[in-house]
Amino acid sequence: MSAVPMQAAPQYAPALQPTYLNVQRTIRSWLLTTDHKRIALLYMVSITFFFFVGGVAATLMRLELLTPRAELVTSETYNKLFTIHGVVMLWFFLIPSIPTVLGNFLVPLMIGARDVAFPRLNLASWYLFMVGGAFTLFSIITGGVDTGWTFYTPYSSTYSNGHVVAMAAGIFIAGFGSIATGLNFIVTVHTMRAPGLTWWRLPIFIWSLYTTSIILVLATPVLAITLALMALERIFGVGFFNPAIGGDPLLFQHLFWFYSHPAVYIMILPGMGVVSELIPCFSRRPLFGYKFVAVASVAIGVLGFLVWGHHMFVSSQSIYAGMIFSILSFMVSIPSAIKVFNWTATLYKGSIRFQTPMLYALFFIGLFTIGGLTGLFLACLAIDVHVHDTYFVIAHFHYIMVGGMVMAYLGGIHFWWPKITGRMYPELPAKLAALTVFLGFNLTFFPQFILGYLGMPRRYPVYAPEFQVLNVLSTAGASILAVGYLLPLTYLLWSLRYGRIATPNPWEATGLEWTTHSPPPKDNFETTPLVTAGAYKYDSQAAEAQREVAHV
Amino acid sequence: MSSSPTTPILAHQFEDATQQRDAATIGMWLFIATEILFFGGMFLGYTVYRYTYPQAFAEGSQHTLIWFGGTNAAVLLISSTTMALAVHAASENRRALLVSLLLGTASLGALFLVIKGFEYAHEVKENLLPGSSFHIVAAEPLKAEMFFYIYWLMTGFHALHVAIGVVLILIFAARAFFTNAFVNHDTPVDLLGLYWHFVDIVWVFLFPLLYLVDRHS
Repeated sequence: MSAVPMQAAPQYAPALQPTYLNVQRTIRSWLLTTDHKRIALLYMVSITFFFFVGGVAATLMRLELLTPRAELVTSETYNKLFTIHGVVMLWFFLIPSIPTVLGNFLVPLMIGARDVAFPRLNLASWYLFMVGGAFTLFSIITGGVDTGWTFYTPYSSTYSNGHVVAMAAGIFIAGFGSIATGLNFIVTVHTMRAPGLTWWRLPIFIWSLYTTSIILVLATPVLAITLALMALERIFGVGFFNPAIGGDPLLFQHLFWFYSHPAVYIMILPGMGVVSELIPCFSRRPLFGYKFVAVASVAIGVLGFLVWGHHMFVSSQSIYAGMIFSILSFMVSIPSAIKVFNWTATLYKGSIRFQTPMLYALFFIGLFTIGGLTGLFLACLAIDVHVHDTYFVIAHFHYIMVGGMVMAYLGGIHFWWPKITGRMYPELPAKLAALTVFLGFNLTFFPQFILGYLGMPRRYPVYAPEFQVLNVLSTAGASILAVGYLLPLTYLLWSLRYGRIATPNPWEATGLEWTTHSPPPKDNFETTPLVTAGAYKYDSQAAEAQREVAHV
Repeated sequence: MSSSPTTPILAHQFEDATQQRDAATIGMWLFIATEILFFGGMFLGYTVYRYTYPQAFAEGSQHTLIWFGGTNAAVLLISSTTMALAVHAASENRRALLVSLLLGTASLGALFLVIKGFEYAHEVKENLLPGSSFHIVAAEPLKAEMFFYIYWLMTGFHALHVAIGVVLILIFAARAFFTNAFVNHDTPVDLLGLYWHFVDIVWVFLFPLLYLVDRHS
C-alpha cells in the first residue's frame, strides 16, 4: 500500500487536499461563505458586471461624440449616460475594485492569517454592495438620473426629474459595505499578523490597503450623511441645503468633496500597492526606499483629507481658502513623486522581465505620472479657472483612474491569477491585450487634454465643429480600449479550464501568499508562518546570472 | 471542550482569546469613529448656520421644551451609569445582576424615547415641524425654520440610535438570561456599553446646542 504510490505521491499531494474552491461545491456554499477568498471572487464577478454596465454608458457617450451635434441621443439621455457612467464606475467598480477583490483575497494571505478578523461582516459587506447595486440598477432601468455623479444641490434636491433618491440610496447602502470592508482590514492588519511580521516587514500592498481602509472608514460616513441630507431635502421639500430657509447649497459641495476627494485616493492607493509588489518581483530587486514608499502611502491618505476645496475653486468659496487648498494640493505631489522615483529606482540595475503584470505596472508608472503632473496644472488656481469643467479635467482623472487604477487592477489580476485560480493565464494573448489597452487608452484620453485646453466643456453632447477631429480620435481609441478589455475576459475565462496548472510560486516572488498552495486551502496555510525578514528579498545578480546560463 | 460554559468560543480565524478580544474592541472603536463622522456632517451644518444666523438660532431655541430635554439628559446619564454597572457585572459573571441592569438600561432608553415622543407631538401641534405648515413668531421665521430642521434632523437620527440601542440591549438581556453566552465572555457586553455611552455622549452635545442657545436671560 505504501510502497508503490510513493513516487506519485508528491505530484498528487496538492490535488488531494481540498482547495478553497472545491472544499464545497454548492451555490449555497458560495452565497453563505465566510471565506475571504470566496468573498473576493463574489466581488470579482460583481464588479466585472458593473464595469461593463459603466462601459456601455461610456461607449454610447463616445459614439454620440463622434459628431458635433446630438444625433444619437438627446441631451437629456446624454446627461443620464454620464451620470450612470460616473456612479457605476466610481462606486461599483473603482472603489471596490482592488480593495474588495485583491484585498479580500490577499490581506489575510499576505499577513499569514487564516481569514480576516470579521468574516461574517465581510460577507455582509458583499450583500450590502449588491443591494446598493440593485437600487442603482433599478434607478437606471426605470428612467435614470441626470444630475451627474456629484449630485450637486439645489439641482438634485429640487429640480431634477430622475430617480435621484433611489440612486442615492444605492450609493448610501453600498457605502456601508465599503465601511465594513475598511473596518475589517484595519482590524485584521492590527491584530492578525503572523508572528514576526512587524509593521516594517509588511508588503507595501498591505500599507496601501491599510491607508485606503482608514479613508474608507473616515470619509464614507460623511458621504452617507451628505446623500441622506440631499435625499431628505428632496423628499420633504425643505432641508439643509435649501436657500429658501437660509441653507447654503455650497455646503453640500464641501461635504460631498470631503468624502469624494479622499475617495480619489481610495481609487489610486491600492493601485500603488499592487505596483509596489509587481515592480520588485519582475525586476528581481528589493523595493528601493521601502520605508519611504510605505510612509508616502500614509502621507497621501492624510493629505487627501485636506484638499477637497480644489474641486471648488470657481464655486465662490473664499479666495484665501482657494490658495490654501491649492498649496495643499501641490503637496500631495511630494509623496506621489516619492513613490514614482522609488519604483523607477527599483528598476535600475534590475533583471527585468516583461511578463504581462510587469507591462501593466510600467504602464501604470507612466500614465500615473502624466495624470499626476496634469493634476498640478489643475491645482494651480489661475490655470484651473481656465480649464475647469473642460475635457482637460476628464483626461486628467482618467489618466489616474483608468491609466492608473485599472492598469494596476489588471496587472494584479494577472499576477495573482495563478494563486486565485490555480491556473496560468496564456502569456501571449495577455501581452497583446495589455498593449491594446495601453494604445487604446492613450488614443482615447490624450486628445481630451488638447480638447479641454482648447476649451471644450465636459457634459455636453454638442460641441463646436472644429473639435470633431480630436473627438473622432478619442472615440476610435475607445473602441480599441473596449477590445482590450474584452480580451482578458475571454482568455482568463478560457484559462480556468485550459490554462497550465500553476505551481505554488510561478513568479518566484517573495511574500507569504506564495508559500502556500495554488489555489490555497480553505485555511490558507498548513501551519501559521513565522516571519523572520522583511518583504522583497530579491537578488537581481543571481537572477541575471541564472538568465545568462539559460541563454548560453 | 467547546460546549463547556467556562471556555469562550474562539472563532477559527483567531489564535487565542486575547487576539479575538482585541480585534472586537478595535472594531467597535472604529465603528464609533464612523458614527462620529456621520454625525459630524450634521454638526458641521449646525456650526455653519448658527454662526450665520445667531439670532434665529437663539429664538428657535427658546421654543424648545427645556424641561423635556433636560429630563431626557438626566435619563440618559443615569442609563449610562446602569450600563457601566452592567459591564462590571458581566466581568464578574454575576448573571442575575447583569440581566436586571441591562433591563434597567433598556427601560431608561425606552423612557427617553417616550419623553421625546411627547415632545415631538407637542412640537407638531405648535407647527414647529419644518414644511408647509411650519409657523413661528420670530424676527427671521425662515432662518428659525432652519434651526428646527436641524433640531428634528439631529434629534431624529439620535433617537434612531437610541431605539437601535434599546433593541440591542433587550437582545443581550435575553441572551444573558436564557443562555450562558456571556459567562467568562464579557467582551460583547463591554462593546455594547461602548455603543450606549456613545449614544449618550451625542445627547450631551445635542442638549446644550439645541436647548440652551442664549437661555441665560
